[in-house]
Amino acid sequence: MQLITHVRSWVDARFDWAKLSEPLRHKTVPIHKLSYWYFLGGITLFLFGIQVCTGLLLLLYYRPSANEAFESVQYIMTRVQFGWLIRSIHSWAANLMIFTAFLHMFSVLFLRAYRKPRELTWVSGMILLFLVLGFGFSGYLLPWNTLAFFATKVGTEITGQVPVVGHTMMVLMRGGEEVTGATLTRFFGVHVAVLPGLTAFLILIHLALVQKFGMSLPPGVEAAAKVNPAVVREMKFLPNFLLREVMAWYIALGVLGALAAWLPWELGTKADPFGAAPAGIRPEWYFMFMFQSLKLIPSKIWRIDGELVGILTFGLAGAVWVLLPFLEGSGEKRGGTLIRGVGVFALCYIVAMTIYGYMAK
Amino acid sequence: MLDPPLQVTEAKFAQDIHAQKGLTCASCHGGDPTKADMDAMSKAAGFRGKVERSKIPELCGRCHSDATLMKQYNPGLRTDQFSQYQTSVHGKLLAKGDTKVAVCIDCHGVHDLRPASDLHSKVYPLNIAQTCSGCHADAAYMKSYGIPTDQFAKYGTSVHHEAMVARGDLSAPTCTTCHGNHGAAPPGVDSVRNVCANCHVFQAQMYDKSPHKAVFQSAGLPGCVVCHSNHGITRPTDAKLGTGPEGVCMQCHAPGDHCDVARATMLAGLTQLDDSIKGADRLLGVAESSGMEVSEARLQQDQARDSLTKARVTIHSFQPPLVNQDIQAGLKIAAKDLQAGKDALAERDYRRKGLGIAVIFILITLVGLFLYIRQMERSPARG
Repeated sequence: MQLITHVRSWVDARFDWAKLSEPLRHKTVPIHKLSYWYFLGGITLFLFGIQVCTGLLLLLYYRPSANEAFESVQYIMTRVQFGWLIRSIHSWAANLMIFTAFLHMFSVLFLRAYRKPRELTWVSGMILLFLVLGFGFSGYLLPWNTLAFFATKVGTEITGQVPVVGHTMMVLMRGGEEVTGATLTRFFGVHVAVLPGLTAFLILIHLALVQKFGMSLPPGVEAAAKVNPAVVREMKFLPNFLLREVMAWYIALGVLGALAAWLPWELGTKADPFGAAPAGIRPEWYFMFMFQSLKLIPSKIWRIDGELVGILTFGLAGAVWVLLPFLEGSGEKRGGTLIRGVGVFALCYIVAMTIYGYMAK
Repeated sequence: MLDPPLQVTEAKFAQDIHAQKGLTCASCHGGDPTKADMDAMSKAAGFRGKVERSKIPELCGRCHSDATLMKQYNPGLRTDQFSQYQTSVHGKLLAKGDTKVAVCIDCHGVHDLRPASDLHSKVYPLNIAQTCSGCHADAAYMKSYGIPTDQFAKYGTSVHHEAMVARGDLSAPTCTTCHGNHGAAPPGVDSVRNVCANCHVFQAQMYDKSPHKAVFQSAGLPGCVVCHSNHGITRPTDAKLGTGPEGVCMQCHAPGDHCDVARATMLAGLTQLDDSIKGADRLLGVAESSGMEVSEARLQQDQARDSLTKARVTIHSFQPPLVNQDIQAGLKIAAKDLQAGKDALAERDYRRKGLGIAVIFILITLVGLFLYIRQMERSPARG
């Protein structure tokens, strides 16, 4: 304890730590019946931290070339001490992170935490969600196995359908007309350098905005608090909320460990660019609703290519989703009801299409 | 063009490779195509009319035996069909005046004759057996020749037919592969081994080393066919070495003799290796379904299977020490793979135990945190 006191006074003397940590010490979190939704952002952040740590460890052995990628992952899983655990946790944590990021987004939507003054917190969060999906898409190819190879082929082909810039984007992503070793190198670069850099920057902004505006109260709780302030109590962020958050992280860690030990992430077979695509090729679960929708769209709608209509619709929906807080307008109550309705529809649509995608042959 | 009943329509002839290469009716039937009146079909104009069956091979041979001429159309096409035909059973009987035998048009068609590479050609690999069966499966038609007519039915049950039709392997044997096409003849007793050896090279080499070769030759037995049959050849199994209904050895050998002992030794070796491979496969499957990475052992299993295949080929030498070499090599690999499977399952259990311990620590920490928070929040000074 004496050592900690010494270190603290050393830091204090130079950086005025007491002043620096002042906002955190005064930060409070409201306590009400929906408070547990506040943990989702923290859990997503924790999983991102796990990704960074396990990703760095994987980098020690992973080799980003078409000739060596698969074998290097195989080596990690079979020869490297605890390599199987690190790789499995990295894969499972990626999926859990995307899941909790989606949950966090919908919880913010339904609790209407995007309202003034938190519009930019929502926008930064949405961009973070897209970046997380980018992590998933780019990371999926890195083991260079058959499923990932063909899923990437299909995924980049869909990008190629975007009007005007589609083909250029596809070539840029693939590093040529086809998915090759050049694609793998690009995806690797994006996965370990570009996306982490952007994500770290946006997380800082997102956290700064959360710190600046504090936790949002759901409209119902807010209204009740106006009548009876005792409805909403508060707890200190440090240490009360943070310790609870740590408990949630521990639970997430336990779930990750269990998944890694009981259901280690499969490696599959090495990709053969000249081989036939396996039957029933499909993307990861988080892209399934879009993939299934595109499959169901007729080949022609009026005279326009059906797939193109689908891609443009999803693009437009994504843009509208990012700008949601600005679309609520002044008629807050009516706008809020509409947005909640759209949110429920989107959630049902995503869940239903994902299930349909897995059940359809 | 001639309309029905002669059945030669413009559309039909347009499908014919000869028409596509610029040949006309006059090329085969003679006459002068530059004349529009009946003079065109006069003897003076070289008109032949309907070609007699006995003259058809010779007629076709006029062009198809001319290497210089054929080079203009298809330099890769052989020009020995007519001379080969003359050596065939068909050709020999035709020369004796039997016009029932197959001539060119029976196998290749007429007026809509297509190249052998054409899917609709009667001599496309998938269609050859059907084409031959047109005569050879017709008991009434074949009655005067005194040969069986069940070849096509038997071939339909064979492993060769399965490879050709079910697996679409166009290189799989059909009638012409063993009997020849233009020079079609049944392989003699002495040449059966050579015919089979065209594909089954190693089996033939082993057979040459075996004591059976000399014995079969002196007894006038047709080599491979003795154990495997001919048209209805089925996928061989290890049971062929057994004493059950599929077993073939005991048809000639007596129980307990020197060869019966050798047979039993080889069969026991094959069975042991097969069981070892299957055992390792099963264990690796369990490890795989538990999420363990055992692809390296899986790959080595292929080598063990190769050893088993090799041993099954070596059987044709009928020398147990030779067979045993391959079996021991396979057993060594299978044992290693079995161990890899056991190691993988041990590693799986170790991981699960590790998880259990980690979960206990996590739970202890969670309880500790919970109690700490409760204690902290009960104390008004800190809460």
